[in-house]
Order: sequence, then structure tokens, then C-alpha cells
Amino acid sequence: MVIIFGIYCLVMTVPNGKESQFLLRSRPPSEKLIDVGFKNLAIATASMVAIVLLSIVAIVFAGALESMGKYGLHFLFTSNWNPVTNEYGAFTAIYGTILTSLASLCIAIPLGVGTAIFITENFIPQIFKNIIGIFIELLAAIPSVVLGLWAIFVMEPFLRPILNSLNHYMGWIPLFSTGASGPGVAPAILILSIMILPIITSIARDSLNQIPSRLREAAYGVGATRWHTIFNVLLPAAVSGIAGGVLLALGRAMGETMAVTMIIGNSTNFNISLLAPGNTIASMIANQFGEADGSQVSSLMYAAFVLMSLSLLVNIIAQWLVKRLSLKY
Amino acid sequence: MSQKVQMQNNKYKPESMISLEDVTIRYGKYEAVRNIYFDIPKDRVTALIGPSGCGKSTVLRAINRMNDLINGCSITGRIVFNGVDLYAKEVDPVEVRRKIGMVFQQPNPFPKSIYENIAFGARINGFTGDMDELVESSLRSAAVWDECKDKLKESGCSLSGGQQQRLCIARTIAIEPEVILMDEPCSALDPISTLKIEETIHELKKHFTIVIVTHNMQQALRVSDMTAFFNAEQLDNGSGGKVGYLVEFNKTDMIFNSPTEKATKDYVSGKFG
Ligand SMILES: Nc1ncnc2c1ncn2[C@@H]1O[C@H](COP(=O)(O)OP(=O)(O)O)[C@@H](O)[C@H]1O
Ligand SMILES: [Mg+2]
Repeated sequence: MVIIFGIYCLVMTVPNGKESQFLLRSRPPSEKLIDVGFKNLAIATASMVAIVLLSIVAIVFAGALESMGKYGLHFLFTSNWNPVTNEYGAFTAIYGTILTSLASLCIAIPLGVGTAIFITENFIPQIFKNIIGIFIELLAAIPSVVLGLWAIFVMEPFLRPILNSLNHYMGWIPLFSTGASGPGVAPAILILSIMILPIITSIARDSLNQIPSRLREAAYGVGATRWHTIFNVLLPAAVSGIAGGVLLALGRAMGETMAVTMIIGNSTNFNISLLAPGNTIASMIANQFGEADGSQVSSLMYAAFVLMSLSLLVNIIAQWLVKRLSLKY
Repeated sequence: MSQKVQMQNNKYKPESMISLEDVTIRYGKYEAVRNIYFDIPKDRVTALIGPSGCGKSTVLRAINRMNDLINGCSITGRIVFNGVDLYAKEVDPVEVRRKIGMVFQQPNPFPKSIYENIAFGARINGFTGDMDELVESSLRSAAVWDECKDKLKESGCSLSGGQQQRLCIARTIAIEPEVILMDEPCSALDPISTLKIEETIHELKKHFTIVIVTHNMQQALRVSDMTAFFNAEQLDNGSGGKVGYLVEFNKTDMIFNSPTEKATKDYVSGKFG
């Protein structure tokens, strides 16, 4: 039926009965139907994302309600986590999450953006750029449990004397106020840096590559040096892309579970020092959920809710920042 | 061919600012232009014309070492500026570009405010005078002050194409180079903006030496004193590639009214190109 109607349309549109070699001057109805169908399919799949996201938030929130009622905002600021006496405060984990993710960003941003600059500006021949690029992508492909193992057996023993001498010489700084005797926050920060480095590098590289070359020429054309061009023209032009990458990395760092659990020590006692064992929300949930019941489950849900809110907050702040910082070209 | 061109050059000897001596430029193995000789006179406008792909931009960009930014681009021969070979080892390309400014084919203002667009280059060049004054005088010389004076804080990219190009000219004037290179500065612009820019060029040539690439012969006639006509010829190695060369270099009216080469005559009378 549809086809017959389509042919009818075609015949109708042949001008003056003159033989036309273009058969698709008007589109057959079947094709228009496909258009409509595709549009609806796209709407359906797009709303799936929203539905899944909202239901996750709703379920976590529902699970957390009991604990929220019981501990309120106190939960965020006390570090007493005791399933025996049913007292819960997530401050240690919240502090650990924020500290490890921000500190790993502080390490990975300069390294990653620096690498990206190095492989996009013509410092080295193309072949080396490609090789470095491949290695960075390979770094991203290492499973986090493998990185965790490496951290436990190789990195941490290697770092321990260094961390201890940090404590020895700079122990007056609260962040270095304890000795290092095994898993702790500092190695977790380093392992997180390694994990987020490829994200920052590859996104920064892509956004630097996307800068139109006429902008680069403009800067060199008025006599700018390479460094001046990079810091005053290229980086500002790429900042929104780079900030996007940093955000992704921050999300990854805040939520990363496996490698962190293996190396951070999972201590629920608060200690301000980087060298002592600590905890993050993600690793705490992973560690305790198996044996938890009753109000412990609810408290873990509460912690999870805090983690989600933190990511959301970071996203909002970052988007605002990107809007402020980015140059339009 | 190049021998003859060189002899012609000797007939006209206004004080020369830049001399190209047997310049050959390659992209990787591919030879883009071959054996170029000509002298760019001081405080005059020199136009480079020729069919597209014959290497006008390549030659122009060689003059302020912009080709250094392109991987694999290499040059042989000498480009002598004020007695110095620009490609000598001890010459710093950054300093070359501070003396030989460039206006590009596509307007490319910085994604910064109009004021900053001018101030950026000036600051880089260590300008110590009054920046507000410099911004105003440069924008005035580029005939774009009236359009910009009320929105110096707005982005340079918010201007129209023609205004952007004049902003780019202003930016180049602001660093007071000795030579201004322009690569088809009007090719992306409407006729009115084009006229304005040509008027600007007439003003500028009182103080600057200008080299302008143009595919518009009327424009070459209107603005230039000297004209170099480039053409491309098939390579004899059977690769199908073309190499650009300088056909004729002479006073503009000579090139347009009594060219010595047949190719020039055909080109200026619109037979090809
Ligand atoms: N960056 C580049 N890499 C390789 N080849 C190039 C490059 N730029 C130009 N060419 C080649 O050099 C020749 C001359 O180009 P160009 O100088 O842009 O010509 P014109 O400006 O006269 O149109 C052309 O054949 C072009 O393909
Ligand atoms: Mg060109």
C-alpha cells in the first residue's frame, strides 16, 4: 500500500510529464515514517538516562532516610563509626574523599596538561608524539585492581622510607604528623593520580588540538614566544575543554573504589595526617556493605548520598567556572 | 628564467628592504617554489599575484619565518633583511616576527577584548608608552576606531569580518614593525570592507613597507607600486606535481600594461588564473 502510494507521488511530481532522472524529488511516506519512528526512539532512549539516574537517587535517598533522621547533619561532622554501639559519623570518609581527590588532582593536572602541551606543540617529531599518546591510553587500560596490587607490593614499600623522612623533617606540618607504616592516604593519592592522569592528558590534548591554527599564527605573528603563546593564548582558549577533563577526572577520583580500598588502610578513625591510614566514602561502602545490616546499611546509604551530592556540587561549580573562564573564538 | 628576472631587478633600484636570493621552499620532499629572486623596496607596496597554488603564501610566510611553524617546511637560498640573512643560525624567529608583522587571510583576532587584542602584542614587544593612546592610534590608523571606540571591552570576535580584519591590521601596526605582510587580507570580505582596507593600506605605506598577496588584479593595480607575478609549471619528473616560480617582477603599471612575458600578459588580461 505504502509503496504504491509512494510511486503515485513520484509520478505526480514529474514536471510536465517530462522523463526525470531524479526519482526522489519528493520523499516516499515510508521514509517519513522512519523519521518519526527514529525521533521517538531517540526520545525514549534519552529519557531512559534520566529515569535510571533519578531512580538511583531516589532509592539511595530512601535507604538513607532512617540514618538521616537519626543523625542529621551531625553525620557529616563526627568521625565515630561504630557498628557495635550503632553510632555513625562519616567525617573520616568524607575528609578522605575530598582530600584524596583534590590532592590527586593537584598532582595530575600539571602533569597531564604539561604532557598534553608537550605532545601537541611541535617540541618533538610526530612519531614520538604518537608513541607517548599510545602509552597514555594504555595507562588508562590498566584495571584498577591491578594498580591496587602494584601499589601494595611495589609502590608502598618503595615510598615508605621517603614518607617517613617527610615525617622526620616536616612533622610539624599536621599533614605529615604521623609516621608511615603501611597502607595510608598518601599512596592512595598517588595511585589515584596515576589513574586520572590519562583522562586529563587525553582530553587536554584533544582540546589543544582543536584550537584553530590561525589562533596560534596570530600569536606568533605579533612576535610572541612559544611560552607566551602557550600560556596566554592556547591554554585560555582550551580551558573549557581542559576543565571538562579535570571534572571527569575528579568524578573518577571521588568514586574510585578498588585500588583505593586496597591501599588506603580503611581506618574509620580520623587522622589528619596524609601518612596515616584513612578512608574514603567509596572504599568504606565497598568494605562494609557485605556484612552491614539495619542502621549501618542506612548510614552507608547516607554516605553514598553525600558522595553523590558532592559530585553534583563539583559539577555545578565547575560548569560555572568553565563559563567564566572560557574564551570564545 | 631566474637569471633574467634578476637582471630586470637591477634596473629598478629604490632602496631595497628585503631581498630574496635564489629562494627555494619545500614541504617535506615536495618543492613548492623554486629559485625566487626579487627585491622588496622600502616604504612601497609590493603585490604578489598569480594563480592559486603557485606559492604566493609560501613565499610571503617565509619572509617572517612563519613557515617555521609548519612541520617539514624547509628553505634554501637567502632572504636578506637590512643586511641580515633571516635564516642565519643566530637569528631568532621571534625577533624577526617583531620586525616583520603579518596580517592573515582569515581574520584571526584573539578571543580577548578589542583593547587586549592591541595591547597583547604591544606588551610582548615591551611597549613602555601609554597603552590607551597606542590602542586608539592603532585603531585609528586601521580605520576601525569609530566602530570600536564604544566597545573596547567587548570581545574582538564580536566584530564583523571586515572590522575583525582591520582590528588585525591595527594589532600589527601597534607593534610598529618595519614591514607588514598581508596574505589576501580582503579575500574573506565584502567590497566595502575591501575598499576601507585598501584606503588603510594607502595610509600605511607612508610609514611601512608592505607586501600584499592578492588574487584580485584590480586590487594589485589600486594599491601596489611593484608587482611580482608568480606562476606554477608542471614538474618534468612526471610526478604530476607543480612547482611555483617567479615569472616577472616589475613596476605595477609595467606588469599590467606592457608585460615582457607572455604568461604575465595572459594572466593580467584574464586568460587564465
Ligand atoms: N602546509 C603545507 N604543507 C604541504 N604543502 C603545502 C602547505 N601549504 C601549501 N602547500 C603547497 O604548496 C603549494 C603552494 O601553496 P600556497 O603557497 O598556499 O599557494 P598560493 O598562496 O599561491 O595559493 C601548493 O601546491 C600547496 O599545496
Ligand atoms: Mg595563499
